[in-house]
Amino acid sequence: MADPEHTSPESPARPRTRPWVSVARALRGFYRVLRANVLSFVGFVLVVAIVTVAIVVVLAPHLLVPYGATQETGVYSGPPTLLRWPPSFAHPFGTDGASLDLYSEILLALPLDLGIALAIAGFALLAGGSLGLIAGFFDRPGSVGGYTSAFILRTTDVFLAFPSLLLGLAIVAALGPGLWQVMVAVLLTWWPYYVRLVRGEVLAVKHLPYVTAARAAGVSERRILLRHVLRNVLEPVVVYFTLDIGTVLVTFSTIAFVIPGVVSYPRPPEWGSMLSFFNLNYPISQYWWEVLFPSLAIFVTALAFSLLGDGLRDVLDPRTRRALVESVAAPNPPPEAPELAGTAAANPSEGASMPEGS
Amino acid sequence: MGRSPGDLAIFVGRRLVQLLPVLLGVIILAFVVTHVAAIDPCPRWYPKASPSTLALCEAQFRAPIPVQFEHYFTQLLGGNWGTSQLGSPVLPAIATDAPATLELVLAALLLMVVIGIPMGVVAAQYAGRWPDHLVRVFYLSGWATPTYVGAIIAVVYLAHPLGLPTSGEYGAPPPFPQPTHLSVVDALLAGNLPYAADAVDHLVLPAGVLAFINMGIATRMTRASMLEVLPLDFVKSARMKGLSNLVVLYKHALRNALITTTTVLGVTAGELLAGTVVIEEVFTWPGIGAYAFQSMGGTGQPNFDGAIAVVVVFAIGVVLANLIADILYGILDPRVEWR
Repeated sequence: MADPEHTSPESPARPRTRPWVSVARALRGFYRVLRANVLSFVGFVLVVAIVTVAIVVVLAPHLLVPYGATQETGVYSGPPTLLRWPPSFAHPFGTDGASLDLYSEILLALPLDLGIALAIAGFALLAGGSLGLIAGFFDRPGSVGGYTSAFILRTTDVFLAFPSLLLGLAIVAALGPGLWQVMVAVLLTWWPYYVRLVRGEVLAVKHLPYVTAARAAGVSERRILLRHVLRNVLEPVVVYFTLDIGTVLVTFSTIAFVIPGVVSYPRPPEWGSMLSFFNLNYPISQYWWEVLFPSLAIFVTALAFSLLGDGLRDVLDPRTRRALVESVAAPNPPPEAPELAGTAAANPSEGASMPEGS
Repeated sequence: MGRSPGDLAIFVGRRLVQLLPVLLGVIILAFVVTHVAAIDPCPRWYPKASPSTLALCEAQFRAPIPVQFEHYFTQLLGGNWGTSQLGSPVLPAIATDAPATLELVLAALLLMVVIGIPMGVVAAQYAGRWPDHLVRVFYLSGWATPTYVGAIIAVVYLAHPLGLPTSGEYGAPPPFPQPTHLSVVDALLAGNLPYAADAVDHLVLPAGVLAFINMGIATRMTRASMLEVLPLDFVKSARMKGLSNLVVLYKHALRNALITTTTVLGVTAGELLAGTVVIEEVFTWPGIGAYAFQSMGGTGQPNFDGAIAVVVVFAIGVVLANLIADILYGILDPRVEWR
């Protein structure tokens, strides 16, 4: 954040704080932000639960996945069961067209789907983020950096002109269906957003007095970029990343749904392709569980990350935060608001912010 | 100030010139994806072709990249965009389908404005309290719903209770000419009110799903800009003058908050167009979204010429929508100089 008060301890004029102190401070800040909004707290709890379940499914599947051992190959080989058996005590989510237990399948798919979303969003964050850092920091016209930045920005504009779902579909159509191909496709469409975001944040931060002061004190450009600019850009980017995981998941599953055979269901199990059998002639009111539970899995996971990210963004966005602070003065203040007042009152520069999407 | 009508022409003209490099980049990127990055493309694009046709295709892809690009570029500029699976030319098909997609997107945009913006105002008014939470859960639910799930739910569970049709633009083939290919507009032009009502009925579900999924963009932006505007002095002074809450909220505050929202709505064109790919296929809406679905191999075999055409057309749509948003922003915000 553009917050000179908070960053002054890190500036070279004063002794460095110890790492665990800043970690503890960051955690306290995170907790305070979570408490400010019920929904982001709910989102946080859900995210922790989902990640925990995914880890348990990977490390010790027998604890959670009842039929994992009997349907490892995608062909059910346990005690006799029927095709498309409705939800029952033995099969809480019913069974699908290959008589696989849907509850087990959805749990088995969780690590893959979550991993794909994290990998794509994470790679986009690293690749797009570094390009955005370059494009924002080295923008003196006429210099090598200036030309590089201009080139990065023009390329970004071209990629942003394509709806990401459509470019992803085209890449899959060119590369052929398959898990890796879809991941590459989504990845190629995803990084430009981070270039724009990071560049905007860098531009907002790089002319603040504390950066000028550091430069005047003789701090090297590299150190200014990595310690003074990067650190203050990180917060909004990480928040956007949280929000983005759900979007990646939804886009990936849409491509898996649209193009048949992207993931050759049932192996490996993946939520979007669990639904790709569906067409409008399918008797959905008869076999509703086959559509409902995989859809719910995608929905709940995406919603969890969105709730967390959206709430965080609200509190960290100087435009909305200021108003939340004002509501302290209102006759009916929410109980969390005084905490916020402390952070925002110490921040005189927050009126100036970049409009989104420009 | 630089805000006379003549300056506006310069403003728009400069934006148009800035578009050209982006459009060129779009064409190059579409070429790279389909010609350069594709691995062994011929058998995939033309699975049923005879060995001689296949050899012809292979020879085309073995040519040096610049030669391939020159061929591709001249064909594209010359309006010869190839043929689709059934042998019909691509460009006329897209030209007939485009208005239907435009109509769907505009209807969704209308719903986003009519429902999404007031919701954002309510959320800002009750920031941090339960109406705010309710609105947030609503728009984040749209965000987290994959398009196809939303469309399936609408077709299977909403259409029957609401008595709404789920496919096509009209219940029966229209007896009047269709000059614009916008179903509602055509019916109104012909003065045929029952058909116009029927067309609106057909539009409600697909546009509703499209709007629901993208609602967050309108609502979130309105809420954020309202929260930014509400603490300002002019709002307080309007309150102190004794104006009613509604007038202050919707006339004084919202007017200022809308400038950012307008811009963001223009930028959502990409999301809306992407949404039409699945929605048009599910609702058998005769637009380019369904055409894209089929060209990308959603119903079986991908189609090479169709895929390129659709990607280029969608990108042009997004670029134009961004241009419109940019110009609108320049007109709405008096601080922007046109020169």
